[in-house]
Amino acid sequence: MIKQTLMAAALAAALAGPGTAAAVTDTEMKELREQVRQLKQEYERRIDALEQRLKQAEGAAGKAQTSAGQAEAAASRAQATAVSAEAAATSASARPAGENAFNPAVSLILNGVLANLSQDPARHQITGFTPTLGEVGPGNRGLSLAETELVFSANIDPNFRGTLIAALAPDDSIGVEEGFIQSIGLSHGLGIKAGRFFSSVGYQNEIHAHAWDFTDAPLANKVLLGNQLADDGVQVKWVAPTETFVELGAEIGRGRAFPGSNRDKNGAGAGNLFAHLGGDIGASTAWRLGLSHLRTTAQNRNYDDLDSTGTQVNNSFDGSSRLWGLDGVLKWAPNGNPGYNNFKLQGEYFLRREDGNFTYNTANAAGATRATQTDTLRSAQSGWYAQGVYQFMPMWRAGYRYDRLNSGTVKLGLVDSGALAAADFPIYAAHKATRNTLMLDFNPSEFSRLRLQFASDKSRLGATDNQVFLQYIISLGAHGAHKF
Amino acid sequence: MKRLISSIRPAALSLSLMALLSQPATAALKVLACEPEWGALVQELAGGNASVSSATTALQDAHHIEARPSLIARARNADLVVCTGSELEVGWLPLLLRQSGNERIQPGKPGYLETSQLVPRLEIPKVLDRSLGDIHPAGNPHIHLDPHNIAKVAQVLGDRLAQLDPANADAYRTRTTAFHARWRDAIRRWEAEAAPLRGLTMVVYHKNMAYLNAWLGLREVGSLEPKPGIPPTTAHLADLVARMQAEPAKVIVYMAYHNPQAAEFLSERTKIPAVMLPFTVGGSGRAKDLFGLFDDTLARLLAVLK
Repeated sequence: MIKQTLMAAALAAALAGPGTAAAVTDTEMKELREQVRQLKQEYERRIDALEQRLKQAEGAAGKAQTSAGQAEAAASRAQATAVSAEAAATSASARPAGENAFNPAVSLILNGVLANLSQDPARHQITGFTPTLGEVGPGNRGLSLAETELVFSANIDPNFRGTLIAALAPDDSIGVEEGFIQSIGLSHGLGIKAGRFFSSVGYQNEIHAHAWDFTDAPLANKVLLGNQLADDGVQVKWVAPTETFVELGAEIGRGRAFPGSNRDKNGAGAGNLFAHLGGDIGASTAWRLGLSHLRTTAQNRNYDDLDSTGTQVNNSFDGSSRLWGLDGVLKWAPNGNPGYNNFKLQGEYFLRREDGNFTYNTANAAGATRATQTDTLRSAQSGWYAQGVYQFMPMWRAGYRYDRLNSGTVKLGLVDSGALAAADFPIYAAHKATRNTLMLDFNPSEFSRLRLQFASDKSRLGATDNQVFLQYIISLGAHGAHKF
Repeated sequence: MKRLISSIRPAALSLSLMALLSQPATAALKVLACEPEWGALVQELAGGNASVSSATTALQDAHHIEARPSLIARARNADLVVCTGSELEVGWLPLLLRQSGNERIQPGKPGYLETSQLVPRLEIPKVLDRSLGDIHPAGNPHIHLDPHNIAKVAQVLGDRLAQLDPANADAYRTRTTAFHARWRDAIRRWEAEAAPLRGLTMVVYHKNMAYLNAWLGLREVGSLEPKPGIPPTTAHLADLVARMQAEPAKVIVYMAYHNPQAAEFLSERTKIPAVMLPFTVGGSGRAKDLFGLFDDTLARLLAVLK
């Protein structure tokens, strides 16, 4: 309404101004007058409607006064209203004014762990799989601060929302875990995200570590996605106009992180296609199924290893990496009310095929007796996990997770040709890694969690790591909603 | 990489094609209500002109559901979303709106209505500190238990329906006027019936009765939750038992979506009757619509006095 008044005023000013008036022809004047007349009529109509409503309200109030009891109730109500209006006024004035009011929402996740590990974490290895060089180890022994997350987010304008999640590592380094803009004003079920974000491959990869049900990632996520894959890129998603939830999406990225590798190249280095299907079964159960396919190319993706002569060599891979994922999650709560009891079942299966060249590099190895050599690599490897978490009473949850990896086949041309022996690549020893994990957590409020976790981790061939973690995860400040 | 891009291209093409083919049907206005009371109100004002669904049921706590896939699908197709607001749905609604890819229902658009913004709110906290529990900075959001608030919301909602579906604007206006007349009569009847409840002392489960209390002059003297949103603890219940033995309240009240255990525990030890209230439409057999909700709520409270 104010906007229209201003418009009318501006119009009048424009008409009065001699400079503009000269430029205005008679027909234009007539049109403008007509518009002003219409505006006036519109206002009168609205004022009439308002008066009508006021009369109705007064009539109702009048009737209410006829009964003494009713009047008393009305008075107490009026009093309550006055009190709340007063409170509203004070709260309104107490609101931060000026530039401050538009500061992004800030939240902080604090996280600390006490770890007891039967094996030396420095020797941690998931035998059978290429080391991802990510945060896949069990962490330090003893007391340590785990990753602290600092989150800023706000709507930028009617079209975009921005989010930054900075990870403050306990070694005093800062990383950008996620930093992206996303569309908020698109229609037809479309959504676009650009920047660095957790790739929508599988189910758990997209979820922040503080919202995981266990202290660490499933083994499959560790070896196939380097713990958690966040790429720099663009994501387009589309929700179908159907009653059943159908979501299709595509991502194009830099391919900067495992299973890809950072490189100097124009265009995209990785792509991911995903599809989600979901719905309800009655009021108590909700589910989602997902399929994803991630393709990337690695360039000089390398790791250090000891060969059969005890020489420290550097091995690298150049080629394509294709990952297929199948994921499912089912959540159950009596009548869909998770406050007292609820159960969450979650599982994922991944299959990865890699095809390219593999280089055994002794260039920087001291006392190397063999030359640097390159031949083919073809591999097909897989992994899966299943986990269930049950809230057996308010605040308390217990969970179990089973992990299994299959090192599958890794065909090295260097071994097949007889140039080198399988023993020169001990990391590719055939191994079916397994892990059993139990956890119990206590959630005094939705902003705090204490967790106790036991795991028997057979990731390394011939060694069982018995792990105990005691962890706190605390969320401060504006805390956004969690994904399903 | 080339192969990937060439496989993405037809996928993108078929995406946009499907988007074109799937323009919303012209039939009924699709309304997604966050809570059953607003779903019921839309039903009253729109009749057969709208297809209404509610994101939560009376047996769920609207603070604590998730943005589950079926809700994203419903939000994607909705013409209008009617929610309480005041951060009641902060744990799931923002995500739902963002994931829906539906610009018609974004805050600020005609397809988004926050009912708590339309009425004066009670219990606006003077101090914001999470050590005080799950408090709402904008005030107590459970506004629907005062029927005068429902009347205020109905006025705006009726206009909004007419604005979004101009072809049926007259039908919405007629139904809204008719609803107002019936509602006014019902309020008069309820206020007369509820006169004996004035000053009734209660132990509540969660602080979600403020508006009913203000309307009928009920007095809240304790709550089963030690702090808003924190489940009852044994220590707090023991303290309540001691307090209630010294100075008993008339009734212990809990809602259909609450676990009755804590209320029954306190009731057994203090001999104060525990009463379940429907809280919203669908919370009891009799609370089939908004009229039934208040009929049943008053009947259950009045039964305590007999």
